[in-house]
Amino acid sequence: MSVTGIITATVVVGAVGIFVGLFLGIAGIRFKVKVDEKEEAVLAALPGNNCGGCGFAGCSGLASAIAKGEAPVNACPVGGEPVGKKIAEIMGVEAESSVKKVAFVACQGDCDKAKKDYDYYGIEDCRMMSFVPGGGPKSCNSGCLGFGTCTKVCPFDAIHVVNGVAVVDRDACKACGKCIEVCPKKLISLVPYDAKLAVACSSADKGPVTMKACEVGCIGCGICVKNCPAQAVTVADFHASIDQEKCTGCGICADKCPKKAIVKL
Amino acid sequence: MDNIKDLLVILISSSLVSNVVLSQFLGLCPFLGVSKKVKTAGGMGVAVIFVITLASGVAGVINKYVLQRFHIQYLDTIVFILVIAALVQFVEMFLKKAMPSLYEALGVYLPLITTNCAVLGVAINNEQAEYGILTGMVNGFATAVGFTIAIVILAGIREKIAYNDIPESFRGMPIVLLTAGLMAIAFVGFSGLL
Repeated sequence: MSVTGIITATVVVGAVGIFVGLFLGIAGIRFKVKVDEKEEAVLAALPGNNCGGCGFAGCSGLASAIAKGEAPVNACPVGGEPVGKKIAEIMGVEAESSVKKVAFVACQGDCDKAKKDYDYYGIEDCRMMSFVPGGGPKSCNSGCLGFGTCTKVCPFDAIHVVNGVAVVDRDACKACGKCIEVCPKKLISLVPYDAKLAVACSSADKGPVTMKACEVGCIGCGICVKNCPAQAVTVADFHASIDQEKCTGCGICADKCPKKAIVKL
Repeated sequence: MDNIKDLLVILISSSLVSNVVLSQFLGLCPFLGVSKKVKTAGGMGVAVIFVITLASGVAGVINKYVLQRFHIQYLDTIVFILVIAALVQFVEMFLKKAMPSLYEALGVYLPLITTNCAVLGVAINNEQAEYGILTGMVNGFATAVGFTIAIVILAGIREKIAYNDIPESFRGMPIVLLTAGLMAIAFVGFSGLL
């Protein structure tokens, strides 16, 4: 290898590098796509978990929708009010105040309280339970299956199976709604963080059936309806439900409930 | 002049017989990383086909008119890396401007392929086999199709594995590597084709 060889190599590779660099630089200017400044600012304000709780494909999807005015500024359920306010500032509009919500599992039939028809050994996923006899090992057909599919999908580590029933960590929950979507029993719903009372049972079976299956199942007796001073409780499909807007949080229903199916949050 | 028969042989040999992932062990990173779902694996596969075909063409041109001309073929790796990385960047910019829908579909995967060893591997293989530019592009295309076949099959298997009760020590990557190994053995069967 002579000196000329070295020089040729250096010059040629250098020239290729410079050419490529110039080419990319020019291309960068020519093919510049205008990104909305607002969109970038909104994206920066969003949490960036890409959980999809807003219904858009990740945070960037929501950011572009907000920037175009297609989504409300507080559409991010995870960021809640603080993020909504920040985005409202960026967009220059008033944020509608949003109520902080958390997920609530309407079942408390854990391994001690709910009876089992049989022991199950197999794939540990709630969604598989529609393929096994009786819709899962627990006697109750509506209750939490306890295989933790909600735990697997939760991006915030806010829901865990404790003793066979899913329990929400109310402070970690960001109300993204992933668990609600995935729960095959449709047990999980969003309740206001301030809600004082909730019915922790979804059994749609008749009273005696529920009574046999679970110690804490709502049997639809209606004692809560009679005792509620605000007429906030109703019974339909053999289980009670509370209208959170009317509920004053007095707690009489929870005290009077013979099965302790109404819980104080 | 390349005739059609030669090209067909290259097509089959590069996509199946000497599959880029399963017998050359190139491009393992995306093969293991982006094979959790068939849909994303397919997207990755299409992006790889696109980039490798283009890159082998460009690398062929560079090889013929720059490297051979100045007798510096020993610098192929460096020059190819430079050119391919720039090419992918350019393609990304171009797609973003000209074909936003295609960019949306490939966008996530393009940067992942920028310095993928499969892309570089094809360019260098082409050079060593002394393929022309067209033959090189056909070889690149076939190699990328082979990659797509392998990654989509693996993703399909992984989707099924996800529900299985795997022994604890095999969970995660080990079972995927075992699966890939078994696939490689299965692909040996294709060697009878040619």
